[in-house]
Amino acid sequence: MPDVNFIVDGKQLTAPAGTLLIDACKAAGIEIPAFCYYPGLSLQAACRMCVVRIEKMPKLQTACTTPVAEGMVVQTETPEIAQARKATIQLLLGNHPLDCPVCDAGGECELQDMTFKYGAAESFYTEPKNHREEQKWSPAVYFDRPRCILCYRCVRMCGEGMDVFALGIQNRGSSAVIAPNIPASESPTGMQQLDCEECGMCIDACPVGALTSDSYRYKTRPWEMNHVGTVCTHCGDGCKTTLGVRRSADGMEIVRGDNRDRSGINNDFLCAKGRFAFDFANHEERLTQPLVRQADGKLKPVSWEEALTVVGKKFKEVRDSRGGHGLGVIGSNRITNEEAYLLQKFARSVLGTANIDHHRTADYTTFARALNGTSGKTASQRDTATAKAVLLIGGDPTNQNPLTAWNLRTDVRLNKARIYVANHAPIKLRRQAKAFLQVTDLGYGSLAAYLGGDDAAAQAAAVDVNALAAFRDAVKGEENLLVLIGNELRGTDLEKLVQFALSLPNAKVALLSDYVNSRGAADMGLLPDLLPGYTPWMQPKEFATEYGDHFPAAKGLDLLQQFDAAASGELGALYVVGANPVARYSIDPATLKNTFLVVQDMYLTETAVLADVVLPAANLYEKSGSVTNSYGDLQLVRKAADKAGVRSDFEIIVRIADKMDHKVQSLVPFGNGLRADFGQTRGAQSGEADRHAVWLAANNMEPKLSPFDPFAILDEIHRLVPGYGSLLRLQLLSGNDQHVEPVVNKNELVQIDGDTNRRDLVLPANDTLFTSGTLGRYSEKLTQLHGKYSQEATPTAAD
Amino acid sequence: MSAVTNTIFSPELAARFDKLVTLYPVKRSALIPMLLYAQDEVGYVSDAVVHEIAQRLDLFELDVRNVLSYYSMLRTKPAGKYNVQVCTNISCMLRGGYEILDHCKAKLGIGHKEVTADKLFSLEEVECIGACCWAPAMQVNYDFHEDLTPAKVDQILDDYAAGRGKDVK
Ligand code: SF4
Ligand code: SF4
Ligand code: SF4
Ligand code: FES
Ligand code: FES
Repeated sequence: MPDVNFIVDGKQLTAPAGTLLIDACKAAGIEIPAFCYYPGLSLQAACRMCVVRIEKMPKLQTACTTPVAEGMVVQTETPEIAQARKATIQLLLGNHPLDCPVCDAGGECELQDMTFKYGAAESFYTEPKNHREEQKWSPAVYFDRPRCILCYRCVRMCGEGMDVFALGIQNRGSSAVIAPNIPASESPTGMQQLDCEECGMCIDACPVGALTSDSYRYKTRPWEMNHVGTVCTHCGDGCKTTLGVRRSADGMEIVRGDNRDRSGINNDFLCAKGRFAFDFANHEERLTQPLVRQADGKLKPVSWEEALTVVGKKFKEVRDSRGGHGLGVIGSNRITNEEAYLLQKFARSVLGTANIDHHRTADYTTFARALNGTSGKTASQRDTATAKAVLLIGGDPTNQNPLTAWNLRTDVRLNKARIYVANHAPIKLRRQAKAFLQVTDLGYGSLAAYLGGDDAAAQAAAVDVNALAAFRDAVKGEENLLVLIGNELRGTDLEKLVQFALSLPNAKVALLSDYVNSRGAADMGLLPDLLPGYTPWMQPKEFATEYGDHFPAAKGLDLLQQFDAAASGELGALYVVGANPVARYSIDPATLKNTFLVVQDMYLTETAVLADVVLPAANLYEKSGSVTNSYGDLQLVRKAADKAGVRSDFEIIVRIADKMDHKVQSLVPFGNGLRADFGQTRGAQSGEADRHAVWLAANNMEPKLSPFDPFAILDEIHRLVPGYGSLLRLQLLSGNDQHVEPVVNKNELVQIDGDTNRRDLVLPANDTLFTSGTLGRYSEKLTQLHGKYSQEATPTAAD
Repeated sequence: MSAVTNTIFSPELAARFDKLVTLYPVKRSALIPMLLYAQDEVGYVSDAVVHEIAQRLDLFELDVRNVLSYYSMLRTKPAGKYNVQVCTNISCMLRGGYEILDHCKAKLGIGHKEVTADKLFSLEEVECIGACCWAPAMQVNYDFHEDLTPAKVDQILDDYAAGRGKDVK
């Protein structure tokens, strides 16, 4: 749109036509107060706080609903406006107690700020204030009615943003009140209740302390916390989350998660898991001391030194007596890229084994192969919020990838995007879809074939064959298409679909997955037949030389084969890092009785109870590094919390290598000839140190002085892993996401391996909004929420 | 055949609703008339009424409740057989509306929005009922009574109690 020129408070401004005055002012650094306006949601004009004087208009105008116009002359702060705002606040405070010192929002409340600024605390209303006790609407959401200023943000957030419509407004005038969707008369507790997705978006949007969260309310004050931006540890969407942490008896504890600063790929969105499920860190069963199984068969707490010595000795013994193939390694979906890379490097270069795998939640190997070296064809999470047209095949983002679902809804609402949904189930996103195609239960393969032009596959693909033809025409008619694929598609089905996407001129494609670093684990080569960057084992390139003498020139055992090998006594030791394969794959515990099992985890999981040594590990919120989401967006993970007694997986791996008498510097390239130069910190050259540090960071040359510095491994990833070579370090450090794509030559991969039919080991986790694998079971909040919604007999509004 | 199987309404009302939803460009416009008709038949807007109306209009029950709670003429609890609505808006107030209301309260022994123990009468203070020319006025169910005095009110209420009153629906 063309730009228009206008004047605000004497400043000449320019903005695209159609921009709302409030936004145009904000962009120019002029803040207009607003309670009901919320960027991205529909306009309400309910609060009248944003009034401004516009020349030639008879009355004060609301800046939140007025688009800028050529020649407009605006005043935003005059005595007249201040008086109007003061009067507005007095009305808003009609039922409000103004007891900020005891309110949960005190210190970060928009109403408090405005009352302070316009001095409206003393009201001339004499009527008694309506009072009502605080209500608990759900395990996550509380409502304190007198504090509510009826801005409707929560109502719009829940309806438009979440497509849940669990909040409404009832009664009228001064008795109007926000109400949840289950009335007292129909609630089992006799009190009003919420039946919703429990995302807590309404709490975040609330400008005052009327909506509060069970996790955070009345625990602390915003200025008593540190606020650390990192990445959610749950699903594969990779939301940025800002964790509020404060000191606790044994470290730093997380008290809340949100993304109110709208930084990162998720804007302000977080789902229930990102927002509330950080409490697993404080679960009473959390391990904080290493355990070693004694002669009497019991696990006994020991010192780190002792435990690591036992592990190092045993690993070395098995390697030296049986060779590397006598050891197995199982990695995790929730460790950082650096840890995943380090773990496989440890396996291949220290243990000398290629028996390395992880719980694969999506078939990234096939995905990489199908992309066949193309570039610019993979989508970023950011594309889901802006694409003009989206084809979603399989998956259920509402439940499994909530940010993707949020972005798609936003895209439809704000950009009129066209969404085409093909699914065997009537997933909730069909409500936003331009077309919904019912796929037969096992029909995804046929659908992929049909889309690719094989008309004979129609019958097996969809119930309604005519709808199918129209669907394909519509999808193919799109100029720019984003193809999102659910993780139930794998192998040849997935390959066909990716090929179909690649056959369209401007399509981009992405494969959804279940956990924060499912993609990273595959990219980093936690696979028995592929080295980092999907490098085939038979053509290991630099890895063969870099990884030293123990490097196995063979294909290793996959996860299930490792357990088979254990059962037949061929696996001397198994090293499990952050995974629970015994529960996930229903492994018979007897399988492992002759295998020395080392488990690194937070709790005594079904796998850890069988272990000979259990090493208490830190979780993603307690470490630094990077992760790659389903889409290939790489983001920085920053250490927020801390727990006495635990160590990061990174550190533990390095220490085990050290105990095996391995030269640590060849595992983690730290201190390699680089000397720290801290420059001048005082005097005339004092800026020099900072500038120097920035330059070093930008060039991947910050001195890595510690063997536990994940960035030392990031350097190596950067140097060696295909697809990861283009990372910009400063972008990463400033918290920006960067897109990475696999660089794979398909012919190389197939010809060399000679094995097009890889065994299908992909096991989608099928987590819901309130489950998150083994980790989720240790989150009290998720357990409560899961309990609430899994017992429900009737379909919910969230369905 | 009603659009809703197992309707809670009489066949006539169900048929009326089936037609009503077709009369507006958007279905939900039929919400308020439906609520009023349903209240007349059932006596109040029960949870079951909310449920069926939401179903008929493809709305969330919450939407129905939002509208329902806005209007004071819609009630969610049963009223008495005769719902006495006394106007105290400006014209009636000037001509003794509050006296009439207080008289009703004393005579029936109930307050605003309350129901007598025998469920025969309920009382409501209402805004202008459009009978200003004959103020003070009150409405019993849909029947109007004008130019009231306490004595006249006694007579009217006695007539209803004895079953002689008109029960206009
Ligand atoms: S789904 Fe629940 S928690 Fe989320 S915005 Fe709606 S009411 Fe709030
Ligand atoms: S609860 Fe909060 S967000 Fe909702 S209307 Fe009230 S003040 Fe606004
Ligand atoms: S959508 Fe996924 S990444 Fe985002 S907060 Fe929820 S679980 Fe975490
Ligand atoms: S922000 Fe403009 S009216 Fe509320
Ligand atoms: S004021 Fe009572 S009928 Fe109008």
